[in-house]
Amino acid sequence: MNDLDQTTNSNWTIVFICWIVAIVSTLGSLFFSEIMEFPPCALCWYQRIFMFPLVFILLAGLFPFDRNIIKYALPLALTGGGFAFYHYLLYSGFIPESLQPCSQGVSCSETYLELFGFLTIPMLSLISFWTITVLLLILKRRLSQ
Amino acid sequence: MKKQYIASISIVFLILLFIFGSYIYENRKLKKIGFLAQNNASIFVRDHSQTLGSDDAKVYLIEFSDPACETCSSFHPFVKNLMAANPGKIKLVVRYAPFHVGADYFVKILEAARKQGKYWETLEVMYKTQRHWANHHNPQPHLIWKFLPGTGLDLEKIKSDMNDPQIAKLIKQDLADAETLNVRKTPGFFVNGKPLQKFGYEQLQALVESEIRAHY
Repeated sequence: MNDLDQTTNSNWTIVFICWIVAIVSTLGSLFFSEIMEFPPCALCWYQRIFMFPLVFILLAGLFPFDRNIIKYALPLALTGGGFAFYHYLLYSGFIPESLQPCSQGVSCSETYLELFGFLTIPMLSLISFWTITVLLLILKRRLSQ
Repeated sequence: MKKQYIASISIVFLILLFIFGSYIYENRKLKKIGFLAQNNASIFVRDHSQTLGSDDAKVYLIEFSDPACETCSSFHPFVKNLMAANPGKIKLVVRYAPFHVGADYFVKILEAARKQGKYWETLEVMYKTQRHWANHHNPQPHLIWKFLPGTGLDLEKIKSDMNDPQIAKLIKQDLADAETLNVRKTPGFFVNGKPLQKFGYEQLQALVESEIRAHY
């Protein structure tokens, strides 16, 4: 009985960490656009579309703990992660500038910020989405066992 | 339940962190701009900048504007009223931040009109007729020529003057200063080097009036 409780607890903690990552990313991106006034480019908006709802969906899965949360959250995290990966490639120059989808307004490959000399905004997004994805996959394995 | 507490505390903590971070960031920005105002005043007013108002004025209202920007156009009468309400105390400095695509075309016309001494008349006409040529869904910059004759400008001269490389250089300088001062939207206002922190008519009026009280 106690063992079972322990497992439920750590499963809950995994989703909780995903939720925290989603909130930090959401608030962080709002900080960049609203406080530091960096205009978000088209690709950033696509990533936001998949990050912002995670805050609410993951929270709903926490109270009460719902194992179905993987089913709802994973597609968002995977798709957002895909956009983030594409953005990262564009940003670091693996995909040439001429292929980028945003033609007007803000360039998707302009560097606004480099934290500690290497952390860029697309990289932060990539880390967040992939952290959530990996944690949810771990949870999936644990639950199927 | 304990878990609910953990979640609530986390979200409150993160939101407070966000607010605290904004506060710190705004403060640092203010300090930086204050430093620039003291040590590098020319970043606000360049020699080439067009100004309006008495040279003895002690309150400098610096406006980073774009002839194709709707908000600049609707702020213009308000700025003029502010100056009329405080005669001789305010000096308006026009800086360019032509963020709209193709807006430098209008800046060039303006600067060419300045050579004929018709800068303010031309600006007035531009703002008044803006909706006809700067419509977002269908910008038609060439339409501006239809409205310019009313100003009494020599249009042939404008067409040759507006290609002066000096004007392009001036726009570049203004854009560089806008970037240094973190102006990303127009109109961007500074009063004696102090940025307008919260955008709005009343806020601008309050900032101008507080500077007038401080200097007169």
